[in-house]
Amino acid sequence: MHSFRVTSNKKALFLALLIVILIFAATMPLYIQPYIIISLTSIFMYIVLTVSWAIFSAPTRYISLASASFFGTGIYVWAILGSALPLPIVVGIGGLVSSLLALLTGLLTLRLRGLYFIIFTFGFSEFVRHSSQWWEINISGTEGRWVVGVDHTIIYYAMLILAFLTLITAYAIRRSRFGLALQSIGQFEEAAAHAGINVTAMKIMTFAISAFFMGAAGAIMATRWSYIDPSIAFSPLISFMPVLMAIFGGIGQLYGHILGAGVLTILAEVLLTEFPYYYMLLFGLILLAVILFLPHGLVGLMEKWWKGGLAGKHANT
Amino acid sequence: MRILDGEGVRKNFGGLAAVAGVDFCINQGEIVGLIGPNGAGKTTIFNLISGALNPSSGQIRFNGESITGLKPYQICKRGVARTFQSAKLFADMTVINNVLVWSLFGKSARTPVADAEMEAREALAFVGLSEKEELPAKDLGIAAQKRLEIARALATKPQVILLDEVMAGLNPTEVTQAIELIKQIWNKGISVFMIEHVMKAVMGMADRVIVLHHGEKLAEGTPEAIAKNRKVVEVYLGE
Repeated sequence: MHSFRVTSNKKALFLALLIVILIFAATMPLYIQPYIIISLTSIFMYIVLTVSWAIFSAPTRYISLASASFFGTGIYVWAILGSALPLPIVVGIGGLVSSLLALLTGLLTLRLRGLYFIIFTFGFSEFVRHSSQWWEINISGTEGRWVVGVDHTIIYYAMLILAFLTLITAYAIRRSRFGLALQSIGQFEEAAAHAGINVTAMKIMTFAISAFFMGAAGAIMATRWSYIDPSIAFSPLISFMPVLMAIFGGIGQLYGHILGAGVLTILAEVLLTEFPYYYMLLFGLILLAVILFLPHGLVGLMEKWWKGGLAGKHANT
Repeated sequence: MRILDGEGVRKNFGGLAAVAGVDFCINQGEIVGLIGPNGAGKTTIFNLISGALNPSSGQIRFNGESITGLKPYQICKRGVARTFQSAKLFADMTVINNVLVWSLFGKSARTPVADAEMEAREALAFVGLSEKEELPAKDLGIAAQKRLEIARALATKPQVILLDEVMAGLNPTEVTQAIELIKQIWNKGISVFMIEHVMKAVMGMADRVIVLHHGEKLAEGTPEAIAKNRKVVEVYLGE
């Protein structure tokens, strides 16, 4: 009654599973070797990026390629403030600055739709990268910066907490009236506007919320690198990864985003260590195969199995 | 009492005046028909009222207050709801959630979710779509899609409803049912402004008919007067 058709045991099961995973993850550093802790931190980072990207882009169908600019802003916030302030405060500031940047870009870009929006966000991200490069060389006088490092267990916990907060926010938005409004914008924006929804305000606000988590993730990740420069901080790869991970996992479901981020991060890690020269090539081929043969991502595949593998062959779903 | 009125409403698209200074008014409790050949500017007038477009000049007032230049969401919240000529449904969402969006956001006061759900169900029951509640909107046939459009508009508890060709594409039985539905809407005390090509419907129901031609008002009057109007007959049947 009080939810928008979010029912069924599946959700309860999912929540229980999430809690078990969280407890497991929280105690992990006590008995696991550092290499795995560092890999897990990467997984959490991509979960944050993918889930926060999807907070805005999945329901509204506005595909943003600006993630790198928000993530990189967070990195630079750490580079500038990291030695002066405690970690949680810098992470918060990183998120807020990215949010502000998103508000500004939102005002400029969210009147665009479809392909124009995608290209504009990508161009914006590149613009941020190049202008910070220009700034560093001409104003700061150095291209890169040395960054204050932090113990990897602390980074792990910080990223775990951020991932948890991102998931809770994403879940709460999906279930709320706010989520319904976002979904209706993605379905038919003109109709949503006539239904009494202030679509522009709604889109800009959500874009800013999504950027907050990306900026915070950037501020945390910056602590892992001892050196940064604009081409590392604003790498276009960061804009594409969340999109790929969400599609790979299944764009319609929250657990699809988590699954996509997790599986693809591990896959990338394995490919990178096993086939350092063919890494990108193999990665690309796998992505192509998934997009061609699994239009609903891993979630779609799982649901097919879930609903009885054999019968599925004849069902016209 | 005038509830909705336009004065010298004009909309230019480039050099073309789609609506060239039209006056119109809807009184409380009236059914007013808006007719005219294709391209006469009928839907443009609806777009100007609902805020989808801003008039190039002229004034639109609702309950005496200017709503000219307001955004669609503001106009909807004030109490003017509309349907679309080609149904603009949230295709992948269920029928009930389609209406829920309207009942949740379409009123000036914040509506609790439980109330909005109840109102959405009432609106669906009113148009006779209760059994289809859980279907995705895209699975509905044309007649049901039009009814869903009407249910969504009604869920905002409007004072005026703008119906844009709700009978287009319906078979004769469905037209009769649609006429019945519009009468029921009118019985609720909602004023109706309707664009319609089905003459039987407009002429049978409307208190007044406005005829638009090339963006200008060609004639206005009771259905009987309009049916006898020489200019109108010429436009529709050729000279």
